[in-house]
Amino acid sequence: MNKLQKKILIVLLILCVLAPVGILLPAFFNAGDAWGEWSAQTVKEMVGYVPKGLEKYSGAWNAPLPDYTVNSKDTSLVHQSGYYIVSGIFGATVTYIVMLLISRLIVRNGK
Amino acid sequence: MHIPDGYLSPQTYIPLIGLFAGVTAIAVKKVKTEVSARDVPYLGMAAAFSFIIMMFNLPVPGGTTGHAVGSAVIAILFGPWAATIAVSVALIIQALIFGDGGITAIGANCFNMAVFMSFAAYYLFRLFSGRPGNKRRTFFSAFISGYLSLVLTSVLAAVEFGIQPLIASDGFGKALYCPYDLSIAIPAMALEHLLIFGIVEGLITALVVSYFLKNEPDLIYALRKGGKKNNE
Repeated sequence: MNKLQKKILIVLLILCVLAPVGILLPAFFNAGDAWGEWSAQTVKEMVGYVPKGLEKYSGAWNAPLPDYTVNSKDTSLVHQSGYYIVSGIFGATVTYIVMLLISRLIVRNGK
Repeated sequence: MHIPDGYLSPQTYIPLIGLFAGVTAIAVKKVKTEVSARDVPYLGMAAAFSFIIMMFNLPVPGGTTGHAVGSAVIAILFGPWAATIAVSVALIIQALIFGDGGITAIGANCFNMAVFMSFAAYYLFRLFSGRPGNKRRTFFSAFISGYLSLVLTSVLAAVEFGIQPLIASDGFGKALYCPYDLSIAIPAMALEHLLIFGIVEGLITALVVSYFLKNEPDLIYALRKGGKKNNE
């Protein structure tokens, strides 16, 4: 690993630690879901009904760590920030390893 | 911009899965000829960067949230085909492990943010950057590339959302999937990306590309002639 790559990894780690900005800033400015990413319940509050297809598909997948947290019921922003950092480090590491393996496979097969 | 399950009808998400699969097959072939073994570690880091940058949700005060994607800088540095694969890996892991973006919508989300955005960003950068070497012009081109590519991608996602009421309703005027039509989806998505998230994507793109131009200019795919492989 060269010097630049080490630098990039350090920057990525710093970004993981800073990631809670992504939940604290929205909380501070009272901002909610991204547009079009509301839960079925929220859609019902907005338009008065839950679209049938939305109801049918919205539970299509139970992700192990939904919303980058281990406990969505925990209302402490400090705890949530901790979960967010752990999710960030875990997710970024998995992404890094998977992409590394995939690109090694592609590039090696090309030789 | 991570479309969840239930917002797109099968008539929308199935063709987009097919489209995404087709593009990915081409991307694998292209990356094989374009990327040298030396650059492989960078691709892993690029995917991780995209993953983490998407966690930085930014608020529209009192309204919604959004974020940068990272596809623009990855497409400029490593080419749009490599960016397609890198950002797709990040998006698929976000969907599978963290429920961010739907399973049925994986094709749509990958097509929007990994494929479309990467190519839009790459060609926008090439359009404005001209001959390499001018630092200010590179910074400006990279900013425009990141800014506009994210805005265009948000409009694409808004079209996918907004056509749902036209495609599928229950006959009583109630939508089956996304309940908002184009007249609501496009202004909502375009405005927040024009005013906030696009600027952030533009700045990230400009700063990172400028850093590479200063320190490792040979790595930058978009500034190499015709995207030729690096000499090993």
